[in-house]
Amino acid sequence: MRSVKSWLLILALLISVRPVAVGFNREGSSLQDTSAFVSPFLGQNERCFKCHGQGIFEYTNANLGRQVKALMFSEKIIDRIDFYDSNHKSFSCTDCHSEDYTAFPHDGKLRMEQQYNCIDCHGGDEKFAKYSFEAIEAEYQASVHFKLEEGGFTCWKCHDPHVYKISVRNSNNLKETILYDNNICLNCHADFSHFQLLTDRDEINILAKHDWLPNQSSHFKSVRCIECHSEVNNDIPVSHLINPKEKAVRKCNECHSQNSLLMSSLYKFESKEQRKDGFFNGIIMNESYVIGANRNEYLNIFSLIIFGFVILIISGHIFFRLTRKKNK
Amino acid sequence: MYLYPVWVRLWHVFNAVLILILIITGISMQYTGKAESALLVGFARAVKWHNITAIILIFNYVFFVVGNILTANGKYYMIEKRNFFSDLLKQLKYYSWGMFRGEKHPFPVSIERKFNPLQRISYVLAMYVALPLLIISGLGLLFPETVINRFFGISGLIITDILHITMGFCLSVFLIVHIYTCTLGARPFSLFRGIITGYHESDEH
Repeated sequence: MRSVKSWLLILALLISVRPVAVGFNREGSSLQDTSAFVSPFLGQNERCFKCHGQGIFEYTNANLGRQVKALMFSEKIIDRIDFYDSNHKSFSCTDCHSEDYTAFPHDGKLRMEQQYNCIDCHGGDEKFAKYSFEAIEAEYQASVHFKLEEGGFTCWKCHDPHVYKISVRNSNNLKETILYDNNICLNCHADFSHFQLLTDRDEINILAKHDWLPNQSSHFKSVRCIECHSEVNNDIPVSHLINPKEKAVRKCNECHSQNSLLMSSLYKFESKEQRKDGFFNGIIMNESYVIGANRNEYLNIFSLIIFGFVILIISGHIFFRLTRKKNK
Repeated sequence: MYLYPVWVRLWHVFNAVLILILIITGISMQYTGKAESALLVGFARAVKWHNITAIILIFNYVFFVVGNILTANGKYYMIEKRNFFSDLLKQLKYYSWGMFRGEKHPFPVSIERKFNPLQRISYVLAMYVALPLLIISGLGLLFPETVINRFFGISGLIITDILHITMGFCLSVFLIVHIYTCTLGARPFSLFRGIITGYHESDEH
């Protein structure tokens, strides 16, 4: 088995060669160097990562008296870089998992370990009050996903605590955020093996289901699934009330209008003053352009002036023509 | 005087209908609101009809350009550099002053000269500048993946869309002026009749 020291060396190397990830915090408008983080539990967590950090692990089989290589079950692989970039990066593995996991081979009973949900740690804590976890929990319980809870649906299905990171509030690249967030949905809704874990429904084809949507690929790249599939709620950071498909937004002008719902969802964390330049919903234009939502008020006024001027000239001309006819 | 051959009349009537649909659906998309309006076409329907009509218009435009290349009709769109501004001024003076004083038309319609200088420059600008720009920017919006992402730091889609709506507005204004000036024939409806029958009624004001 490779030594802990060599793994730490590799990890340090990986961290040093990673491109510096600088995040723009929209709330605080401050720059954060996310690659500078070093976990206080780096060495301790490495005891788990040495097996769970990649697809193959090695252990000593005492009965055989030799090293054995084995494949790690894909669902049990935690990428170190993703973990140390996630919201829970400062955690020790045993903050959430039993200390008994430190022994190898793991006790079979540990498989039955109860997993924490978000609200178990984040609920009722003043420190997290601004994120409204209680309201998020209430929305989740009213959503279509909650009906699947008996079948095993949990917060984890969307927010894997090992790798999940808040995206929309901290990103300076909305397209990446949209991709990240949509992949959370597609992880089940476009992967039948995951989908089957929770439902007996037939396999769904996301592209075929959205056939009616004009410029489908542009929409998929420019908005998150939840823009149309969840209930807008201004009191919580991101809506968790996923509606049944019958209630999904299908009317184009919900977004393609001056009072576009995107301003209450995808763009809610942007400063409304940013990039106005005479445009209604100008903030949308930082990333995209939404017909009907982005109208330039200066162009509107200018076009009305020209239009009025043309009508005035024509009216005057008609007047003089009629007057001349009368005088003939 | 037989002035408008069949192909010109066919192109013109198709162009008129298509442009009208495009203006109505274009305005509906631009000024859509969350609530349905009796004055506007619903967004989804407007997008669908705008796209279909635009594709037909492109074919109709190609027909017009090819027709002008292959037939003598193209000569009417040739701008004469000689006396360009003075001829324009003459025509403007006639429309704004002379016609009310019973003056003769400075550029009477003939087989050699279908358009007066003002008509010629406005038709050339509409058909060979504004409409091609409108078609190109419209194709960009129809296939947004073909539009460059950023142009000098500004979204390519924004530039494309602003160009499209600006050209659309210019052609809408052109249409209003065009329809009005078509009432300036021998009688208010004689020029409209001409583009249907092909025969121009002389003694134009």
